[in-house]
Amino acid sequence: MNKQYLLSAVTWAACISSVAIAQQSDNSMNPAISMVLQGQFADYKLNPEDYELPGFMLGGEAELAKEGFGLGHGELVISSNVDDKFFGKLTLAIAEHAGETEVELEEAYIETLALGSGFTVKAGRYFSNIGYLNSQHTHAWDFIDAPLIYRGLFGNQLIDDGIQLRWLAPTDLFIQIGVELGRGDRFPAGGASNDGKGAQAFFVELGGDVGTSHSWQLGLSHWSAKIAGRESGGHAHEGGEAEIPGYTGDSDVTGVDVVWKWAPDGNFAERNLKLQFEYFKREEVGSVELENSGPPVETTTYNGEQTGWYLQAVYQFMPQWRAGIRFDSLKSDNTGSDNNVLGEAGLDDEGHNPERTSIMIDYAHSEFSLLRLQFNRDDSYESADDQIYLQYVMSLGAHGAHQF
Amino acid sequence: MKTLIRLIASSLMLFVLPSQAAINIFACEPEWASLSEEIGGAQVKAYSATTAKQDVHRIQARPSLIARMRSADLVICTGAELEAGWLPLLLQRSTNAKVQPGQPGYFMAAEQVERLDVPEVIDRSMGDVHAGGNPHIHLDPHRILQVARHLAERLITIDPANASTYQSGLSDFTARWQASINRWEDVATPLKALSLVVHHKDWRYLLEWLGMNEVATLEPKPGLPPNAAHLASLTRLMSEQPAAMIVRTAYQQARPSEWLSDKTGIPAVELPYTVGGSDIARDLFGLFDHTILLMLQAVRP
Repeated sequence: MNKQYLLSAVTWAACISSVAIAQQSDNSMNPAISMVLQGQFADYKLNPEDYELPGFMLGGEAELAKEGFGLGHGELVISSNVDDKFFGKLTLAIAEHAGETEVELEEAYIETLALGSGFTVKAGRYFSNIGYLNSQHTHAWDFIDAPLIYRGLFGNQLIDDGIQLRWLAPTDLFIQIGVELGRGDRFPAGGASNDGKGAQAFFVELGGDVGTSHSWQLGLSHWSAKIAGRESGGHAHEGGEAEIPGYTGDSDVTGVDVVWKWAPDGNFAERNLKLQFEYFKREEVGSVELENSGPPVETTTYNGEQTGWYLQAVYQFMPQWRAGIRFDSLKSDNTGSDNNVLGEAGLDDEGHNPERTSIMIDYAHSEFSLLRLQFNRDDSYESADDQIYLQYVMSLGAHGAHQF
Repeated sequence: MKTLIRLIASSLMLFVLPSQAAINIFACEPEWASLSEEIGGAQVKAYSATTAKQDVHRIQARPSLIARMRSADLVICTGAELEAGWLPLLLQRSTNAKVQPGQPGYFMAAEQVERLDVPEVIDRSMGDVHAGGNPHIHLDPHRILQVARHLAERLITIDPANASTYQSGLSDFTARWQASINRWEDVATPLKALSLVVHHKDWRYLLEWLGMNEVATLEPKPGLPPNAAHLASLTRLMSEQPAAMIVRTAYQQARPSEWLSDKTGIPAVELPYTVGGSDIARDLFGLFDHTILLMLQAVRP
């Protein structure tokens, strides 16, 4: 055995023992590291490649999960207090798109700890605090897929680079208000207009308890952006090349969200019910052009109004087991100077209001592992699709706390 | 118009400003709210985030708790990872500098005392095992007394103007508590060396104190709900080595312990576990009074 080999063996042993010590202290000094592994089996009646939401330009993560066996987002999360004033968090989403493994920087932000007077500042890349579901990671969702309105408006989730300021009122009733100023470069914004300060958001959240068994939260939010060339997947023709529509103009999204939770005596370990409702409306005024058309490039004025809501209930009927039902509904009323171009861009509702009904049942062996079976009757476009998912969500490492 | 604005402003101030008089205490569990009141008396206003009917391992980081922590001068919790699923989020969202870890306003009771069962090795396959040892320290009255001393010191640090109140609160509590301990240890002698089946390892410190033995848990692994196969194996175990009783808390399902009791004839007992867990357990004294009384009744019906 040569010296170098021995040395590396000693180093290894030292590493292993330091890992053991770190585990014992649960990373209390070091960054908390956690990983989420997700995967699914998906079965569709229709071809998932043909998926569309008439009246909505899809982008971001809006596509359906691959048919058959597939991996969901793997997440690697590292977070820690930086010092007594700042907290930092990094989330890498690892996913496969078109055969290539992509590492996406999902979150990378710092946040003040106890700035005083109820203020918190967050800066970097983060999930916008608009809506209820938007700021939650996919592994915390109650269904495998996003509500249709999130898929249609935000490409599943609104993430931006920027700065957020929140203020929590010193009252027993939970009152939090906040503003965000963002770069406006990621879908559904685009172009980072206004010198890289293209998007703004505003939100108000109220919450409280009713007795010991009920608790609630109500949110109002508004997001607006100046958009310069938001690209989306558009509308593919049978065998033809997909159009790449681009939108330039103003965008305004207003949302309302309500969450109500119930558990007998407030004891969530046994039985509990969660009711959740969100409504969004987006108004856009600008122009759409088909970027790969022409010359000359085909263009139209665009005046869009898109609304949608979902209502869901998830009931834990015994420890480890939950069942849920969700109903989605969307509607759009988009007009422009050239209806053909609107149609090519996927902004014509084709006389159809997308709807979807989902049911799911899940089993969580512990709080770190979850298996879910979900069925969707998806009436998003002209023919209705039956979608079946079998999913796993597993967490490794640090004990993450979940928000309400 | 000006008067109207002033009127609205002043009524808003009334609504917004927290009471300056008392020290606001946010307790994660009722036992710590109760202990704070024993020592601080009228000088403290204690709010308990949970009740005896709730499993503190599984609490929602609800908006009302964030709002309450915002105005707390002191956060008193068990610690040792018991509240790992919700306390860190509350601390972070509360924006309250006074109660962050390392500050005088952050007080973890289990960190003030020696903990039992600190694991040598830890792995998630062992279930919900806490790296810092068993956190359910509040059922050992001697440890309660140690926590009380540290808590009084902490209250003095936070509110030095009322140091004498906390000192006299502590000495008064200590005297009454020590007398009670003597009484409890005296009446609980028949319980010594008895074997128990417990739902979850909540009772470690109580049993250690009274010299009782835990022979089995209804949970197959900490944090996992009892299942049929495991209960069946307990029936066999009980036929060979019968335990004196099967105990559970007010927040745990009655079914598994009642089922095992039916099969084996061993009495199943619901103990208050914490303050508010029964009519008699209205404070810490009542908690131990009733716990011991119920166990004595179970073995000498």
